[in-house]
Amino acid sequence: MAAGPYSDTVMDHFTNPRNMGEIDDANGVGEVGNPSCGDVMKLYLKVNSDGVIENSTFKTFGCGAAIASSSMTTEMLKGAKVEDALKLTNQAIVDALGGLPPAKIHCSVMAEEAVEAALKDYYTKQGKDASIVDSMKAELKKDAE
Amino acid sequence: MNPIYLDNIAGTKPDARVVEAVMPYLTEKYGNPAAHFYPLGRESYSALNQARKQVADLIAAEKTESIIFTSNGTESNNIAIKGVMALSGHKKHIVISEIEHYSIQNPVLKLTNYGYTFTKLSVDKNGRISPESVANAIKDDTALVAIAHANSEIGVIQDIEAIGRICKEKGVHFHIDAVASCGFIDIDVKKMNASTLTIAAQNFYGIRGAAALYIAPEVKLASLFDGGFQEKGIRSGSENVPAIVGLGKACEIAKNEMAEYAAKLIKLRNKLIKGLKEQYNFLHITGDIENRLPYHVSFWVEYIEGESLLMWYAQKGVYCASGSACSSNILAEDEDDLQASHVLTAVGVPTDICAGSITMSLSKYIEEEDIDYVLKISPEIIDKLCAMSPAFDPSKINK
Repeated sequence: MAAGPYSDTVMDHFTNPRNMGEIDDANGVGEVGNPSCGDVMKLYLKVNSDGVIENSTFKTFGCGAAIASSSMTTEMLKGAKVEDALKLTNQAIVDALGGLPPAKIHCSVMAEEAVEAALKDYYTKQGKDASIVDSMKAELKKDAE
Repeated sequence: MNPIYLDNIAGTKPDARVVEAVMPYLTEKYGNPAAHFYPLGRESYSALNQARKQVADLIAAEKTESIIFTSNGTESNNIAIKGVMALSGHKKHIVISEIEHYSIQNPVLKLTNYGYTFTKLSVDKNGRISPESVANAIKDDTALVAIAHANSEIGVIQDIEAIGRICKEKGVHFHIDAVASCGFIDIDVKKMNASTLTIAAQNFYGIRGAAALYIAPEVKLASLFDGGFQEKGIRSGSENVPAIVGLGKACEIAKNEMAEYAAKLIKLRNKLIKGLKEQYNFLHITGDIENRLPYHVSFWVEYIEGESLLMWYAQKGVYCASGSACSSNILAEDEDDLQASHVLTAVGVPTDICAGSITMSLSKYIEEEDIDYVLKISPEIIDKLCAMSPAFDPSKINK
């Protein structure tokens, strides 16, 4: 059968989303998106005392690409060190999904933003200033260049 | 399990008798209808005239010469709109509604580049246009009112005869897009006071590639393409004889059998609407319930995105549409091309809790067990997506 607009990996994560739901004792929660454009993504993180993301879950109001991006993001975050989470770019999510249609790239951008928002919440709860995430992000960008 | 095809608004499965009628014109009857000096050509010419008569009969046109053939509904609508306005002299104003199909809306928008103006009538929450609003919108320089008989996305049927009377009184050309309605509800170009009217074969069991434009005897249209003399020079270019033969056959079948299958469709449609509404109090039917296409069910669910619903239905073997097929432009190069449906916005669907609707368009091939299956899988899909939606409030679950 001819391929649809989404890759097999996107379809797999859409029909069998990984880590869907909430984490009761999450210590980092980020919600991004704009309901007026249709998508809301909520990302939950449970970071342990060693700074490792023990668990990550999501809830998403959005299209197939938004759901698959959320699902893939949680998979990629699990087991990562919290300071490495910011290295997860939208392009890495797109690549892991086997690509997204051009018109749907913004869904992966939303997932990257959700990670940032969840980390800001995490660092705030650790008694740090949320802006630390922005500085870390800027640092990463500089390194990349 | 065979898939259940509920995207008939995007094109129906051709009737077997249509296919049978078309086949000889793809194989041995291949002559060009413009070639009158040998039998092969004359045979095609006769086939066109036969089809013209079948179309005229279905829409109650007095003269078969009032029918010209085109390739699709978009072409017919463009010929009517631009063809009228090209000859409208100092009258530069057009009236449409805010829920028109792109093939009405976009030609009118294009004309604004050339000094034409237009008024977009608003609709009520059920998608109905008030005939008074048409009367109020017509100005001294109005040349054209262009409105769809029924809307493909929300199924609403307009009070087209009342609007037609107003246009007649005011002496304004009335173009009716009957693509969604033809073959399912009665069309009478005289009662409707149609100046021009579009129908398309693929929407009522014909095959793609043939449509017709009714042109009232007193109407003059400019041509969009200039070429030979086909279709009175209004639509030059060799006719697609096989598809036109199919259109004619589809019209003949509709004329004879429409009452019967429309009654069956209404029963199945009502069962599906009732069943869906009973399942969830946060599932909303769009479009007028009373004045509604026999085959049309459309709805949206609070806090659930349309494409996700569509994809899940497809996974379960139910093929339907989200919004209008044209607006779900997933192959677009840019996210800006993914736009919310103008029809949903026009009927006041709140954009913060609704991101796309579902249209299930039934056909005469659908049976009650198919509807039962859709009603069985709908809660499975909706519950799954509700559980996933961060915006959804579980206290609203109502089953």
